[in-house]
Amino acid sequence: MSLQPADRIERYRAPVRITHWIVAISFVLVAVSGLALFHPAMFWLTNLFGGGPWTRILHPFIGCFMAAAFALLGVRFWRDNAMQQSDWMWLRKFNDVANNREQNLPEVGRYNGGQKLLFFVIIVCLTCLFLSGIAIWRQYFSEYFAVDLVRFGSLLHAFFGIVLICAIVVHIYAAIWVKGSIRAMTRGWVTPGWAWKHHRAWFREVTKGIQQR
Amino acid sequence: MPLQSLDIVRRSATTLPSPEVRGAHTGQVAKLIDTTKCIGCKACQVACMEWNDLRDAIGSCTGHYDNPPDLSENSWTLMRFTEYENPKGDLEWLIRKDGCMHCADPGCLKACPSPGAIVQYANGIVDFQEENCIGCGYCITGCPFDVPRISKQDKKAYKCTLCSDRVAVGLEPACVKSCPTGAIVFGTKEDMTQHAEERIVDLKSRGFEQAGLYDPAGVGGTHVMYVLHHADQPMLYSGLPDKPRISPTVSLWKGITKPLALFAIVATAAVGFLHYIGVGPNETDERDEDAARRELEKTP
Repeated sequence: MSLQPADRIERYRAPVRITHWIVAISFVLVAVSGLALFHPAMFWLTNLFGGGPWTRILHPFIGCFMAAAFALLGVRFWRDNAMQQSDWMWLRKFNDVANNREQNLPEVGRYNGGQKLLFFVIIVCLTCLFLSGIAIWRQYFSEYFAVDLVRFGSLLHAFFGIVLICAIVVHIYAAIWVKGSIRAMTRGWVTPGWAWKHHRAWFREVTKGIQQR
Repeated sequence: MPLQSLDIVRRSATTLPSPEVRGAHTGQVAKLIDTTKCIGCKACQVACMEWNDLRDAIGSCTGHYDNPPDLSENSWTLMRFTEYENPKGDLEWLIRKDGCMHCADPGCLKACPSPGAIVQYANGIVDFQEENCIGCGYCITGCPFDVPRISKQDKKAYKCTLCSDRVAVGLEPACVKSCPTGAIVFGTKEDMTQHAEERIVDLKSRGFEQAGLYDPAGVGGTHVMYVLHHADQPMLYSGLPDKPRISPTVSLWKGITKPLALFAIVATAAVGFLHYIGVGPNETDERDEDAARRELEKTP
């Protein structure tokens, strides 16, 4: 038997999709509230959270919630995101990536080099944001830290917050750019052509079972 | 603002000018605290409580004269006592009235993210406007003197106002009025500097060679100044910072980081937008589906 174009290949199961969107929604909330407290030009965004004090109260809790939800995703995605030789090659050929010339790129497994890089950028950012966030969480923890550490934590928190926001902008754009990706995370499936084009090694791996049927 | 003031020269997290038509044309104000005249009676603490209607919780004895043991949202000023043995082997009791220094370049105001929660008046007073305070504590992070305190009760930041309400109607701060030895005086910064110089000449003639004025340039000068017997070692006075300034970390965080960060986010989004317009989306078409099908048929 052979696969028909109308056939679907499952890419993300429902629990993963739900977790992803919980993380995504908390990210938007935490990023918007964080920007509101970071730059006066965006302080008006505190109105979305019920004013300045409410924004100050909610931001760290949403952040912790997001980090915990992401940890679930991280555990699940960890194995598939190990960097391999071909991923570095993929990243080096970024020009071909950006210009939609897949034929020049090494075969990609479940995730490509860019996705893996993003995965680790997110992990580093969330870890640093969590640790620095504890130090600058005035209501509960700041009194246990020396003021210089709180100052350094404030700077780090801003820095990694911005890096994470930029990384997620790239992530969102990549999903808009590579058609079929958003459906993978909303409905859970991709077409065989999509899998063949973007993740050929993964396509072969998952279609092995279908062949044997 | 409870009383409309038209002399706000700086306002936290605000870029456009505030109402500032009224200047300090007769000079900026300053409080001069002469540690060499202080007898540690704490009348200033009482006057502060009384005028500002503050009552701190009754604490317990911590083994030294400082009472309460630290500044708090209810104690905006505090006498700090140090027993110092000078090189001659004599005991010197160094007493410093701690509280907000009213920096010309206030770290609290620089760090504050909430528009108008911290203001600086033309006369030099730095004031917290608690109705705009969000309770984040960045003022504590920004302050080089460890002065602001967040109330456990209402989560707002408090500190000495230099009795801005009294000064606004031509009165001296409450602590100044109460001081029995004249160790605290109030007037224009110019007059206070001049007065301090006379005091320093006198102190030097009495053997305090290192007597001097504490008006640290690192924070642009302060509107609360000290006359110290040992101006070369301010740390002797319960850790008064030697060369205070806004921490470079805070300056970086609240300075170039802000525009750079916004630029980075907007630039990232713009690159994506231009890429979409220039290169276009990456679509999977029939040929890819055909290729996928062929591959499945080809392999056993």
